[in-house]
Amino acid sequence: MGAEAPTIAELSRALKARETTAEAVLDRCLRRIAERNPTINAFISVFEADARAQAREADREIAAGRYRGPLHGVPISIKDLFDIRGSATTAASRVRQNHVARSDAPSIARLRDAGAVFVGKTNLHEFAYGTTNEESAFGPARHPLDPTRSPGGSSGGSAASVADGMCFASMGTDTGGSIRIPSAACGLVGLKPTLGELTTDGVVPLSMTLDHIGPLCRSVEDAGILYDVLRGETTPPVSAPADSRGLTLGIPREYFLTLLDPQVAHAFENACTRLRDAGIKLEDVSIPHVGDVTAIYLHIQLSEGAAFHAKTLERQPNDYTPGVRLRLEMGRYVLAEDYARALRGRDVLRREVDATLEGRDGLFLPAMAIPAPKIGTTTVRVGGVEEPVRSMMLRCTQTFNVTGHPAITIPCGNTAEGLPIGAQVVGARGGTPQLLGLARTIEPYVGPGTSR
Amino acid sequence: MGYALFEMTIKAWLEAAVHDAERRGLIELKPMLEMLARATSALRTAEWNADASGEFDRAESDGR
Repeated sequence: MGAEAPTIAELSRALKARETTAEAVLDRCLRRIAERNPTINAFISVFEADARAQAREADREIAAGRYRGPLHGVPISIKDLFDIRGSATTAASRVRQNHVARSDAPSIARLRDAGAVFVGKTNLHEFAYGTTNEESAFGPARHPLDPTRSPGGSSGGSAASVADGMCFASMGTDTGGSIRIPSAACGLVGLKPTLGELTTDGVVPLSMTLDHIGPLCRSVEDAGILYDVLRGETTPPVSAPADSRGLTLGIPREYFLTLLDPQVAHAFENACTRLRDAGIKLEDVSIPHVGDVTAIYLHIQLSEGAAFHAKTLERQPNDYTPGVRLRLEMGRYVLAEDYARALRGRDVLRREVDATLEGRDGLFLPAMAIPAPKIGTTTVRVGGVEEPVRSMMLRCTQTFNVTGHPAITIPCGNTAEGLPIGAQVVGARGGTPQLLGLARTIEPYVGPGTSR
Repeated sequence: MGYALFEMTIKAWLEAAVHDAERRGLIELKPMLEMLARATSALRTAEWNADASGEFDRAESDGR
């Protein structure tokens, strides 16, 4: 199996019809991992024996007529922040080198009950505290299309594992964009549901009030399949695609479209043209205080991250990678008064995003302002100015962690070098199923030929 | 942080924070704290900040 692997929806039909077996599919994934992981470094651990046992069991059950659903027998990877019973949850850090999970995270338990096959745990930016995946105790994960580049982060190994055909989907986490950024960088679909909708229990936190979990996969339909399993409700399934005519999307131009790599801007405007041609109404909208989002996000995320890590920063500071240790230490200097200010700003932004969605089906904007950056670069030139890579990667996504609105990335084109570019669709709070339905409807227009 | 009393300005906070970081051997924190100070300044001057001398709508601050 290679990078042109089928979607879960396609594979599950073949598995259910017994046109192939879970063992055969897993075998192709394991061969791909053996061939490619030494270069891409997507996996921290591979569960070959356990995965083979899960696949054999899936084949037995399907043959016996006990088909569990569209994840039954499907190989997926898990970001190494989620507890899987009996294995280490390293968070890509030496701080957790002696950890062994006693039980599955609730999200993992649901995936296991649905018959998913866990091929292994994926590399990430240490403790999910970065956007490039470069700071990991296991070395950087690399972009499948160009190993000199980052696959994005922090769920970089997850994105690389799916994009390179090592598995069919991955579970990631998203505190400022860590599902959507690597999905955009690697040409995948990445879903961050509404804040608090899916439990983060059993997942190593970065920032308690900003953390989300969600899938990275090859199509919006696949995102819906995983979302249905994760929320524990299969009826009704996520909305099917609808007629595009009559849909209205808001385009928040200020801030989100003012500082973009020219190729990203071009691909996004082309996607807008295709949406208009499909009969979708696009309206400019304003989030008046979105320019304050970086300061708001920073004070919340720094404080909450520092609080979680304070004890180990004192006890074993040298077990952190230097950059992650410094960012965590920075958070220990934020004053409580400023954290409280940031919480008030968060409410302001939440209400302003709510207002832009009134009378509209969703917001449409880029997912990442730049294509996948070269590993080792800390700044990138955009609009004639050197900008920090980290802030450019977070720029389009972090707002919706602060406000809690569900958001999904869809590939919308490629750079001249062939690097993927992603668009982002944002829905109403509590409306993740509706967002998935909207995304399925517009997916063929957003990026024809770029997602499955 | 090792400082208890200082004028409650960002400038004073930054000086104290940098001094404390240097005392702890974390000299690389200085440019990061300077960046944080700029973000804190933006946060404190945002127009949506509460003013205790004026009206206050609680619904604006509890996510409703």
